[in-house]
Amino acid sequence: MSEITVKDIIKPENLVYQKSKLLTEKPFHYCPGCGHGTIHRLIAEVIEELGIDEDTIGVAPVGCAVMAYDYFDVDFQEAAHGRAPALATGIKRVWPNKIVFTYQGDGDLAAIGTCETIHTCNRGENITMIFVNNGIYGMTGGQMAPTTLEGMKTATTPYGRKATLPQGAGFEGMPNNGYPLRITELVAQLPGTKYVTRQAVYSPAMVRKAKQAIKKAFENQLHGKSGVNFVEIVSNCNSNWKMSPVDANKWLVENMLPFYPLGDIKVDGELVKK
Amino acid sequence: MGELKLMKGNEALAEAAIRYGCDAYFGYPITPQSEVIEYLSEQNPYERTGMVVLQAESELAAINMVYAAGAAGKRVMTSSSSPGVSLKQEGITYIAGAEIPCLYADVVRGGPGLGTIQPSQADYFQACKGGGHGDYKNIVLAPASVQEMADFVALGFDLAFKYRMACCILSDGAIGQMMEKVVLADQRPRMTDEEIKEKYPWATTGRKRGTPHRIITSLDLDSNRMEAHNRHLQEKYRQVEANEVRFEEINCEDAEYVFVAYGSSARIAQKSVQLGREEGLKVGLLRPITLYPYPTKAIQALIDNGVKGFLSVELSCGQMIEDVRLAVNGRVKAEHFGRVGGIIHTPEEVLEAMKKQIIGE
Amino acid sequence: MTEEIIIAGFGGQGVLSMGKILAYSGIMQDKEVSWMPSYGPEMRGGTANVTVIVSDERVCSPIINAFDTAVILNQQSLDKFESKVKPGGVLIYDPNGITHKPTRKDISIYTIEGAQLASDMGNAKVFNMVILGALLKVKPIVEMTNVEKGLEHSLPERAHKLIPLNMKAIQVGMDNVKVE
Repeated sequence: MSEITVKDIIKPENLVYQKSKLLTEKPFHYCPGCGHGTIHRLIAEVIEELGIDEDTIGVAPVGCAVMAYDYFDVDFQEAAHGRAPALATGIKRVWPNKIVFTYQGDGDLAAIGTCETIHTCNRGENITMIFVNNGIYGMTGGQMAPTTLEGMKTATTPYGRKATLPQGAGFEGMPNNGYPLRITELVAQLPGTKYVTRQAVYSPAMVRKAKQAIKKAFENQLHGKSGVNFVEIVSNCNSNWKMSPVDANKWLVENMLPFYPLGDIKVDGELVKK
Repeated sequence: MGELKLMKGNEALAEAAIRYGCDAYFGYPITPQSEVIEYLSEQNPYERTGMVVLQAESELAAINMVYAAGAAGKRVMTSSSSPGVSLKQEGITYIAGAEIPCLYADVVRGGPGLGTIQPSQADYFQACKGGGHGDYKNIVLAPASVQEMADFVALGFDLAFKYRMACCILSDGAIGQMMEKVVLADQRPRMTDEEIKEKYPWATTGRKRGTPHRIITSLDLDSNRMEAHNRHLQEKYRQVEANEVRFEEINCEDAEYVFVAYGSSARIAQKSVQLGREEGLKVGLLRPITLYPYPTKAIQALIDNGVKGFLSVELSCGQMIEDVRLAVNGRVKAEHFGRVGGIIHTPEEVLEAMKKQIIGE
Repeated sequence: MTEEIIIAGFGGQGVLSMGKILAYSGIMQDKEVSWMPSYGPEMRGGTANVTVIVSDERVCSPIINAFDTAVILNQQSLDKFESKVKPGGVLIYDPNGITHKPTRKDISIYTIEGAQLASDMGNAKVFNMVILGALLKVKPIVEMTNVEKGLEHSLPERAHKLIPLNMKAIQVGMDNVKVE
């Protein structure tokens, strides 16, 4: 009996996992433990499984995922900060048979791009929007995002986000950062959204659910069900949260999810009754 | 042969876009150019040619829609007026960086700020010197008639696609709002999707399996590559400067003094030339049609030909005069005259300014 | 021949459309034309004016400061434009609502009771055509057949049935313009 070598192990019949063909060979620049890598993989798998790679055009944001176009082997456009939904609208209107998706973070989609987000959703563009919410600005170094939780410390809320309304005249100048924005619930109210859901990728079970949601968001578009398909994914930023990846996921479950509860919010244009 | 009509400049631009086979218009209303989107909406271009017309939520959204549809190989345009064009500068610099062909019309009004809705030419710097951040240029065409508002749609798109850059039709409230005779070109078919895929391999139209994916971006964090990209853009601009200068000379053969004016100011200065000639003054008019690239050599040739002075006539406090002076390079006198704030100079006061500031005595 | 005309009055009097019909009539007669309106918020119920130039040659400046003919339909416009008529030029006005009459002696002044005549015809909307008739009587720069063609081109198809009424109003204006 001869010794088993690595060569003996790396055989097609032993293959249990591989990356999607639609992810390029370029190594991710994302921090270890960040959710972006997983979410990229899910999107690539869905596009591959649906066989729509020759018809898909992605739109990358400004933020950590600014170079998402390097990782997906499909045509891609890079947007100015917050304008991805306008780009998606532009593409979809002149190439109505293409599959168009945006990939955006919370600062991009829910702060600087709020106008584009709301109006693209309200026009009911037949596109897919993937919204990664980690409650912080990652790429610029951990500043407050519109989705930063109350009390959460960031580079621009070093004493914690304060969302107290000033009491009495003359105190309007006191620190007040406003409330965390649940933009996903907001867009679900608009008649132009078809499918609105909130998912997470902190555990294998959640990853599987998130993939189903992403798949539905692309299938709806593929089948010409008009309206925006909007998938929020509550993710982490262990680097800027200043935690280990494991602690970050734990913190996400304990702190993010109570404020950003998971599950479908709108399905086939109907709000889900809780 | 074309169709003869009486139209506003803004309407002529819109009708010409449909007839040219433009694929999409994304805009946002602002005086004095709202007729463009109103006319397009009224004309049902989607039924006529399949052209998409969309009123966006803002100028920012509109220019970014143009960016994306242009990056997908389609012939797309927008239009606005000064405050709206300031907003669009974000998209325009990204368009320059990512080398996306597109057409935008700026029907200029008086500024700064909200300014006035009356005509102005005070956005020359913004249009011709870049406008947004970074080292870039847009081709700038300056129509002086309703006919040119129509004709420059085709010219603008052709240049935009030839060089993969934005082309600006720099008009103003007067040209946009006035009606003149215009001969409209016959309807051209829009390019088919297959033609676009074949002709513009850089466009993001969905990559074929086994071929590299296309990326439209203005970002590159590698400084060496970014410098090379900038050098490439500059090389392209030098080509534009070498090949695409356009201008018109009126009564310049024997002229001793020349008005330099574009757009509505050129129309007024043309009348000043007429009045001056009636008085026996040897005056002429140089009308730049392209403001970028600028007809620098035409000015130099006029000096070689004996011109003793230039008056730059603009509805601004003096912007194009800088390009005139760069061309003149101190050889003869070059001064500026212009009214602002929405006031339009009269042919008489323009002639008077020439006598006072340039001819003397 | 170059005729530089200002038509000025209130918004809603049909000033701009009268100018447009005149310009279209010019095109039908193979002339060069320009139509340059005042525009902006003051158009709504405020003053409205339009400069129309009809010429044998390419029109230079569509924006001018001195006019061969001024057609004046309210007091503000009279105050503003009387002085802008070239010496030897023409001023035509509707005396309705005019409290300070024009005073210049170096121009020819005509009146046309446009509002009254239109009202007599039973259709106040033809007011601007009565005025156009007065202008064309004093300054026959375009032939009537071309005016009719001009109307055809500037009115939407659904309004073509109104062309005979408009032509009649023009005739009424021609018959009733008076030297002051």
